[in-house]
Amino acid sequence: MSDAIRRSDLLEGWRRRAGANEAERRAHEEEERRLAELRKKIARDGPKLKGAKLEARLMRSWERPRGIVGWLATVDHKEIGRRYIVTALVFLALGGLLAVLMRLQLSRPDNNLIGAARFNELFTMHGTTMMFLFAVPVMEGVAVYIIPLMLGTRSTAFPRLNAFSYFMYLFGGLLLWGAFALNIAPDVGWFAYTPLSGPQFSPGKRSDIWAQMVTFTEVSALSAAVVLVTTILKCRAPGMTLARMPLFAWAMLVVGVMIIFSMPSVALASSMLISDRLVGTHFFNQWEHGDALLWQHLFWFFGHPEVYIIFLPATGFVSVICETFCRRPVFGYPVVVLALVSTGILAFGLWVHHMFATGLPRVGYSFYTAASMTVAIPTGLQIFCWLATMWDGRPRFQVPMLYVVGFIVTFVIGGLTGVIIASVPLDLQLHDTYFIVAHFHYVLIGGAVFPLLGILTYWFPKITGRMMSEGLGKITFWMIFLGFQLAFFPMHIAGLSGMPRRVYTYPAGLGLELPNLLSSIGGLVVATAVLLFVINGVVSLYRGAVAPDNPWDAASLEWAARSPPPPYNFAHIPVVASRTPLWDEKGELPVVTGLRVDDKEMLTTTVVAATPEMREPLPAASLWPLIAALATAVLFISSIFSPWAVAVGAVPVAIALIAWFWPKEIKREPEPVIT
Amino acid sequence: MSSRFRASCLAAAVLVAVLVACDREERRSRSKPIGENVPAGATPDTIYAGGGPGPALDPRAALYDNNAPAIADGQQLYMRMNCVGCHSHGGGGMGPALMDDEWRYGGRIDQVASTIAEGRPNGMPAWRGRLTDDQIWKLAAYVRTLSGQPSKDSVASRADAMSAGAPQTLTPREPAHTSDSAQQ
Amino acid sequence: MTSRRAAAASLPLLLCACQYQTYQSALGDAGVEDRQFLILFWIFFAICAAMYALVIAFLVAAIVRRRRAGNANVVESGRHHESHPLMRTGLVCWTVLVSTGLAALAIASFIADRSMAKAAAREQLSITVTANQWWWDVRYNSSDPSKTLRTANELHLPVGVPVRIQLRSNDVIHSFWVPSLAGKQDLIPGRDTDVTIVPKRTGIFRGQCAEFCGVQHAHMALVVNVVSYGDFVRWWEHQLQPAATPRMPLAQAGYNYVTQRECAMCHTIAGTPASGRVGPDLTHLASRRSLAAGTTPMGKGNLYGWVADPQSMKPGSKMPTVGLEPDELHAVVAYLETLK
Repeated sequence: MSDAIRRSDLLEGWRRRAGANEAERRAHEEEERRLAELRKKIARDGPKLKGAKLEARLMRSWERPRGIVGWLATVDHKEIGRRYIVTALVFLALGGLLAVLMRLQLSRPDNNLIGAARFNELFTMHGTTMMFLFAVPVMEGVAVYIIPLMLGTRSTAFPRLNAFSYFMYLFGGLLLWGAFALNIAPDVGWFAYTPLSGPQFSPGKRSDIWAQMVTFTEVSALSAAVVLVTTILKCRAPGMTLARMPLFAWAMLVVGVMIIFSMPSVALASSMLISDRLVGTHFFNQWEHGDALLWQHLFWFFGHPEVYIIFLPATGFVSVICETFCRRPVFGYPVVVLALVSTGILAFGLWVHHMFATGLPRVGYSFYTAASMTVAIPTGLQIFCWLATMWDGRPRFQVPMLYVVGFIVTFVIGGLTGVIIASVPLDLQLHDTYFIVAHFHYVLIGGAVFPLLGILTYWFPKITGRMMSEGLGKITFWMIFLGFQLAFFPMHIAGLSGMPRRVYTYPAGLGLELPNLLSSIGGLVVATAVLLFVINGVVSLYRGAVAPDNPWDAASLEWAARSPPPPYNFAHIPVVASRTPLWDEKGELPVVTGLRVDDKEMLTTTVVAATPEMREPLPAASLWPLIAALATAVLFISSIFSPWAVAVGAVPVAIALIAWFWPKEIKREPEPVIT
Repeated sequence: MSSRFRASCLAAAVLVAVLVACDREERRSRSKPIGENVPAGATPDTIYAGGGPGPALDPRAALYDNNAPAIADGQQLYMRMNCVGCHSHGGGGMGPALMDDEWRYGGRIDQVASTIAEGRPNGMPAWRGRLTDDQIWKLAAYVRTLSGQPSKDSVASRADAMSAGAPQTLTPREPAHTSDSAQQ
Repeated sequence: MTSRRAAAASLPLLLCACQYQTYQSALGDAGVEDRQFLILFWIFFAICAAMYALVIAFLVAAIVRRRRAGNANVVESGRHHESHPLMRTGLVCWTVLVSTGLAALAIASFIADRSMAKAAAREQLSITVTANQWWWDVRYNSSDPSKTLRTANELHLPVGVPVRIQLRSNDVIHSFWVPSLAGKQDLIPGRDTDVTIVPKRTGIFRGQCAEFCGVQHAHMALVVNVVSYGDFVRWWEHQLQPAATPRMPLAQAGYNYVTQRECAMCHTIAGTPASGRVGPDLTHLASRRSLAAGTTPMGKGNLYGWVADPQSMKPGSKMPTVGLEPDELHAVVAYLETLK
């Protein structure tokens, strides 16, 4: 790295132009001598400092303080990513328990295991937990963990914002489940249509709690999206041009942008709902020129991209697994990238297909039918590319690859039922029936959960340093795959046979007994399989085979780090020259040197060509993200009860943010950071 | 009020709100006991022998007063039983205003329930035998919100209807006064 | 491996297909709109199944090929950056196939949609259904106001006659859905929507609310009785008659109770002083097939149960548990049974 632009030169020029006098010039020369001395003492990685000595120095700079305070203050993306994943899996288990309860109630007609009001709470909590507290956060968590490793850098951008996003997510989840524990859970469905969720028909604070939980998770997701997009665009290894970036990074880039554009819509809608309920505004009051349908438009403008926000990272997982287990990079890289980008764009033009029964103009609906079918084309192309990779490669059917096969078999069914319900005449029969429930579980479980389980198995050695049990993993896969088919395929039949959604019971004699019983049995099988997966993970954590750095002989950069990686990820920043660096470099990976080791520093690169640009100093562990999240949580929760809370609660938030952003002392740095 | 005072008020309010959430949100599909049709607090007197606050509050009051679902049901009943015909949306007309703080026959929930059940001179019909006890208590719970008596967390800000005034969640809380000049 | 998977997946389907009813089912094929749905559905199903078969065939080929291919383009052979030329042509063919298939489906859907919209313009009978939590208020419209009929939770329709049902809601969003006859349409407060139905065969069908509307959404059903035109006219004439005056003393006692006590606050019985508009019209209650919006079949026992304690059958419904004395209960039920 050359000392091309020197910050001291700029300052010096200003001083000269400002007409400094003799005393100032002498002080300035003193300063320069002092800095030159310091410069000689700075330690950087390179030929002079490498190996174990380098790692020890890096460890001193990058390790966070021990103890509970350090644990709360960490800005290490790996710790934050692990927390996200564990918390999301806890919510998966909780939401799954609710599903088991619902299936028990629905296993027989006219059952009275769970009453109407409680059942409504159950399906509201199940949907809300799965969509807001599991599906999106787990994708974010995996991305936050692996993206810096995959891109060959030391950290995400904005590490404290990353920590803040986790705490906001946690507090939102605690708000919702705390309400459930206090018996004030929301009961209006996970999408809370007005006027049912409005002030007249949903008394009390249940729906307010739901709406505010949405605000928590939106702030969290937006923060994580900003972190991910910046990291992917600016913090890659030198030489990793956009055309050489792993497909999972492309997927998260698209997802990050989608989050930024879609989340504000639901945050706005939920704030309007709270406003209607708390201060009597009329956004959704048709008698005062509001509109009940406004809610549906705003919600589904977010809601439809949301499901692609959940699905696209899973396509990234599938690409990763296909590459490693078929022993070749995914076929048609540009096609897959274009498919990801076009899916992300098209996803914003589909939302009215959730509203086909609301009586909007039919000709307008045709546009959304066409758009909903068009979005199947890029996804279909991605499926072809994966299958071509399998066909042209030599697939090894270890557990992650089994999940990919399960994904293809299951997700494509869901995608095709999606094509069916994209048609208005068909949707008018199938909307709000169990056919839809079947469809979205096929695309969400088949399309997102199966790849997730595969990728957790795949990256488990990297995260923990141990291998998950292959035998138990295979049993788990077959149980969950077959159990899923048993649970959800009969729902197509139930929907066609006239069973609407969100009913706590159904009468005998409609032919619904057998499909529901099969679904309930299948649901229990799926729950058992998820339990087995968790057991596999926990036991492997302590007793699994110790994993080498690259147990799967994979190609991407995260496998160049140790298992588990040290806090600084890589001793030297690698340089890449192809899409499959670990397969194409014979021997050691080439690296760049020169990053400081006595302070946390990261290399930022240009967006497209990934030439090194800047050395970015990184913050140390800090409690301010947690404090800011707590202050924001107090603000959000108390604004459920009083509008004054917005004004009063903003004060601690402002204080926390000011402390967080307080700049480091501006002193003359001994060396420039711009190269 | 200083912002710190308000902040501590808010914090206390949040804590209290959370702790009493169960009662505020509890939904009950039938009254307790089933089928009883005589509301207690049957006396309309606001002067009691020897002075003092009067008879103890009927325990059923706790089930309905400040109970959000009961208030919501009461709001619907108020519209459907045509209370607006005489009382309009609280402003009164042929019947006295329900939004003010003057209560000829008492503004406690049991007293309001008694008024609805027994009727009153000058035109208030007796609803006992025409509405169930549960419905009368729910109406009483709602009527009290018109004058801003129950806690703000239990009331709905507005109905899905044409707007009739400031939302109840924003109006200040007012205790009931008797309109008996001897007691003022 | 694949054949076992396919068998495992299809067995539940076959079993489910054995229990097959046609009165609340999109496969019921009792209305013109449902017939159009079924035709379109099977077209979509066929094309989508064919696409799925192609995907599975490709998957199977990929799994099977690896057993035989000795010279795959993998990292071990150093050719991982090359691709078999067949894949490139395959990609192009696949894109063309998928796009054409989807375009064909979209066009089929559009054609079906337009034909349904055209059918909607030919109505001959007009009904207004207003949804409440959790029952259906039905009004048969007529140009002669004295022939307007109000009933609840049950529709009688003449076979072959297009009927346009105007849909309104008094509270939250509901959805009117009789799957054997036609697709659904939401009832949105503050908006007027409508659905046109042309029943094709006589029979009794069941519909249900299909948009979550609160605690008793599961028990908001309705019965649709499709009859011949003559029977329909006779039914309408009968329904226009006011309630008969009861003759038996028990029923008379019931009449007194119903018209003077709680019942009349909410219910209307034509020809009596009971004229409440809050709840369903009861004038011809006993002629209906179900009680409480499809919650239970009509019958003496269910009437007893419903009148005595509606909250046990439909907890959360707006009908209160009055707490009738036993003799009052006998009288009321005896009277209600005369309301044929």
